[in-house]
Amino acid sequence: MIDKSPLVEMAKGPSPVGAARRATPTLSRPIKLRLTGVSKAFRSANGNTTLALQDINFEVREGEFVCILGPSGCGKTTLLNIIAGLDRAGCGDVLCNGRRVKGPGMDRIVMFQESVLFPWLTACKNIEIGLKSKGLSKAARTVKAMDFLRLVHLSKFANAHPHELSGGMRQRVALARSLAMEPEILLMDEPFTALDAQTRWILHYELQNIWEKTGKTVIFVTHNIREAVCLADRVIVLSSRPGRIKREYKIDLPRPRDDGSVEVAALSTEILAILRDEIEKVMREELDEGSCKECDVKCVGVTPDNSNPK
Amino acid sequence: MVPRKTTLPKKGLALNPGGAGPAKAHIKKPTPWKNYLVKFGFYAGIVGIWELVCLLGIWPPHILPSPVSVALTLYRGFEDKSLLVGIGVSMQRLVIGYSISVVLGVTIGLFLGRIKYLEHSLGSAVLGIQTLPSICWVPVATLWFGFGQVAIAFVVVIGSLFVIVISTQDGVKHIPPLLVKNARLLGIEGWRLYWEVILPGALPTIVTGMKLGWSFAWRSLMGGELLFAKLGLGHLLNQGRVANDTSLLFAVMVVIVAIGLMVDHLIFAVAERSIKRRWGLLVEEH
Ligand SMILES: Nc1ncnc2c1ncn2[C@@H]1O[C@H](COP(=O)(O)OP(=O)(O)OP(=O)(O)O)[C@@H](O)[C@H]1O
Ligand SMILES: [Mg+2]
Repeated sequence: MIDKSPLVEMAKGPSPVGAARRATPTLSRPIKLRLTGVSKAFRSANGNTTLALQDINFEVREGEFVCILGPSGCGKTTLLNIIAGLDRAGCGDVLCNGRRVKGPGMDRIVMFQESVLFPWLTACKNIEIGLKSKGLSKAARTVKAMDFLRLVHLSKFANAHPHELSGGMRQRVALARSLAMEPEILLMDEPFTALDAQTRWILHYELQNIWEKTGKTVIFVTHNIREAVCLADRVIVLSSRPGRIKREYKIDLPRPRDDGSVEVAALSTEILAILRDEIEKVMREELDEGSCKECDVKCVGVTPDNSNPK
Repeated sequence: MVPRKTTLPKKGLALNPGGAGPAKAHIKKPTPWKNYLVKFGFYAGIVGIWELVCLLGIWPPHILPSPVSVALTLYRGFEDKSLLVGIGVSMQRLVIGYSISVVLGVTIGLFLGRIKYLEHSLGSAVLGIQTLPSICWVPVATLWFGFGQVAIAFVVVIGSLFVIVISTQDGVKHIPPLLVKNARLLGIEGWRLYWEVILPGALPTIVTGMKLGWSFAWRSLMGGELLFAKLGLGHLLNQGRVANDTSLLFAVMVVIVAIGLMVDHLIFAVAERSIKRRWGLLVEEH
């Protein structure tokens, strides 16, 4: 008898580990990730510097589900890349389990907005290639990969190549691969944005289920306020560029959350008001800079007075 | 309003952030029999006109041999094995030179594509040298290696190496960066990165380069054999010239074209297709 991966076992039945961890109050759990004074500037080819992130401080505790919200271009992807070790912070510290992050490591896995699968490998092999880095034997790799494909309901497509799968299926394979790596922190950069509403809803549900049962630490970047409110323990709202932490919301609503419920709607509206301020700031800057007539004409419909009935 | 991304899910290619990946190839379905008929008719017509011109006797046979005499020469060449030996010797030289060239070229290309310093130094040298027609290497080859097999192999390698290097490098450069980043996240590093990610990622382009390299190798070989080798198809050409045997020249040329076409259609076209299909780069036309 081949032993089943503990994660899949947990995901099947009621899980003692995840449940117990969830029962412990967040604040008494150990700190998994700590960012202190993280800033990041990009220098473009023409010599200008863009400040993408400025003085980001926050910490994430073990098993916490944190959503990062912010207007487009505020540095969410940059922040995730820095945490993953794919990019270096200009200044400040990123500590994971108390150790400074120096480069990518298998304890932090990123799920990108578009599924980044190796096109020449089948779905199953795409998962196995990561498991190989963890030193699993060939047989163990296959068993585990199949387990996780089953978890995202794709075991029938184990031998399909990525181009034979739909966008949602590819993203599910990517999710299965991320989970199979059993990272301590799962970093998700708008993973479901490119998908249609139904698929997104299903994946939300699956992600929540898996998260509740495994107690992984998740940092989830999104544009979608409702998505954030439905998923997160805590929502961090970033300001427009340069990205700074504008507000943090603790979300104590009981799970599973219905994205049509009154509480979710109320919180979403509150966060929307804050975000709207930020987006308007961006637009005002654009208006100030772009003095050409064309810009003025384009932006008439979205001037602050029109879009913000105070 | 809160902006929502409306990125459409891309069809087909799974890893094409911002269109950085290789372009999709539109390759036609196997040609229907009608097209083959047209092709056959065309070539039959050409041969017919050729025979007709010969029958009219405008040029003497030692200038323009008739298709029939070329066919006879071919037949005799295969019967007394002189053509077969020529083909065998040439193919052997080609396979040796070409294999060296592929192994060397792909290896150099992989590193050139990954290492900036190499690209600026060795890469620029490669770009410069590849403008040199391979036949220009023949004098140097004979001085360095004499008139033997080594000199021939050298000419074949030098003739096909650079195009393989450049295609491989190109293929490596066009691997979506996100794919390599993702590989690092999955703990794939060092030799594994080259072997399991960079090489397969660049493979569709590498195969195209190998196909080009093959035809370059073939040409260099003929040039080299024509100029200084014993045996081989190029040498037969030279014999035909010395003996004033035009139909032998034509017969050998037909063989050279036939082999070139066969390898291209039976080996490379098939390999390219199957790789592109597997990589999801193939869009079947209906
Ligand atoms: N490699 C880079 N070089 C120069 N500037 C960059 C680079 N990457 C990001 N930036 C700049 O940093 C800022 C933040 O980019 P980032 O991709 O992190 O935004 P984001 O919050 O993820 O946006 P979106 O929600 O649209 O994905 C942008 O203004 C962008 O112009
Ligand atoms: Mg982003």
